[in-house]
Amino acid sequence: MSQKGAPSSSDSKSNTSGKIETSNAKTETKQTVVPELEKSIVDKLVAKFGEKIKIGYIKPLRIKIEVDREDIIEVASFIKDTLLFDHAESVAGTDFPKGNYIEVVYHLGSYTREELGAHVLSLATRTGREDSSLPSLINVFKSVEYHERETFEMLGVYFEGHPRNDRFLLPEDWADIPPLRKEFRIKGR
Amino acid sequence: MSTEYSNKTLEKESNAAGLQIVKESEEDRLMTLSVGPQHPGSGHFRFTVKVDGDYIVHCDPDPGYVHRGEEKMCEYRNFIQNIPHLERPVIHDSNNITYSYSLAVEELTNIQVPRRGQFIRAIASELNRQVYTLYWLAIYGIFLGHSTMFMWPTGDRELFIDLLEMLTGARVTHAFNIPGGVRNDMPVGFSEKCLRQIAYFEKRLVEYENIFYNNPLMRQRTEGVGLLTKEEAIKLGVTGSVLRASNIPYDIRKAEPYDVYNEIDFKVQYMKSSDCFARAYVPFLDMKESCYIMRQLLDKIPQSGEVRAKLQPNPKGPAGESYRRVESGRGALGYYIISDGTPKPYRVKISVGSFRNMLALPYLLVGSKLADMPSIYWALNYWPVEADR
Repeated sequence: MSQKGAPSSSDSKSNTSGKIETSNAKTETKQTVVPELEKSIVDKLVAKFGEKIKIGYIKPLRIKIEVDREDIIEVASFIKDTLLFDHAESVAGTDFPKGNYIEVVYHLGSYTREELGAHVLSLATRTGREDSSLPSLINVFKSVEYHERETFEMLGVYFEGHPRNDRFLLPEDWADIPPLRKEFRIKGR
Repeated sequence: MSTEYSNKTLEKESNAAGLQIVKESEEDRLMTLSVGPQHPGSGHFRFTVKVDGDYIVHCDPDPGYVHRGEEKMCEYRNFIQNIPHLERPVIHDSNNITYSYSLAVEELTNIQVPRRGQFIRAIASELNRQVYTLYWLAIYGIFLGHSTMFMWPTGDRELFIDLLEMLTGARVTHAFNIPGGVRNDMPVGFSEKCLRQIAYFEKRLVEYENIFYNNPLMRQRTEGVGLLTKEEAIKLGVTGSVLRASNIPYDIRKAEPYDVYNEIDFKVQYMKSSDCFARAYVPFLDMKESCYIMRQLLDKIPQSGEVRAKLQPNPKGPAGESYRRVESGRGALGYYIISDGTPKPYRVKISVGSFRNMLALPYLLVGSKLADMPSIYWALNYWPVEADR
């Protein structure tokens, strides 16, 4: 994760197309390993959105795609309506102080398409560590409601359009930085 | 004296005295009730409901009373040291919550589990599923006012706890699954004892059905109560028995078989009625199916061989991430682990069924009667400690 995370934030904007080509080349070389279904899903996404999508990885049963915050609602709607990934299993925020960004990953699964039962599509996006905010996916996937609320209080990522960005699991009188930020240290450790 | 009349006279009198009266608003008719966290019917979970007469018009879950920052704690310990504290969220189902963790770590560190180890894992996980479901059933029974249904499962749960104690050495917190296999081999005579207990338990399940599920009072309190349609279940992203009670046959053991589950013949248990009865009956069907699975596992297990892979001290793998799931007593239980190449995980995210099913609680409670609250709440198979992590 961190090996590709650190450099891409600074120099990715100019050569995004180059990146996609390399990742496509990777999948072609691994074609014997990468099953058809996963590849067809990614192909559909790339055909529709082209350069807006960066492919994190394609492994058997697991796909990761990375998008910019401006495109996430559009991509998520496509994933839901066309690819039929219909619910979010988890929303995981991770702090990367070295790359100066926070990554939020939506793990999406499907109940409606039987052949996708084993698949998890990770939809990842990034925001800066200061004034962190992302558009909420609550209007696309209702199931992210509590997950996004948890991400807000644990990492301090504000979700625009979410009805409640407020305390959920933490104590009422919590007056420290969001605990899953890396600079928050457990006492005595 | 009608209220209209009294209001009018009150208005006149107060106007004469130069006073302003505050009129009763629509909101004033509602009463806010706090359920939990001390209320025995809520576990360690608090939610507030607003009632209009008998009916709930608003529900706001307020979890977090047992939040212990498991995910943060994981970042301070190495992959092996994390196991004992990761099972604390669900001590009654500790083999399942460490199962998916082990699978995710094995994927990251590229460890292969020996075949006998895979079978023992599955056996321990099925035993733990029985322990958890019986505990849940006991609570469900007592909150529907059926005290026999509290006593019987609590008693029969001891059978499986004894078996797990024989297998792992501890009654509830086993720390049995480790990346690379299980901690120790099955003791001599375990198979025979296990088969004996299963045979006894299957007879008991018939009695459970007769005394509880066929009880007209239980049926009245659950049938047609708290309907969660298939479309809504998908939209809310619920999992486990709640999902399967809404006519969606989805079980991770079948959808994405891990370890030896693809060699086992079993059916995904689901129901069409989508009400509280279905949500209460699906775990019961699961227990039956679990007995069937355990017989096969005990039959197919290799008679000898390693149960755990040789590990390096402080195992680590290349930087990367993995997301693995198992079917626990409360539905899909997934771990998302990011490793930066050191023996300690960079980030651990636990995706638990209870947290996901919590979203269905306001949906189901709003519009139902306050008296139906216990049957709806406990049928969600909700374990507050797991949801809080």
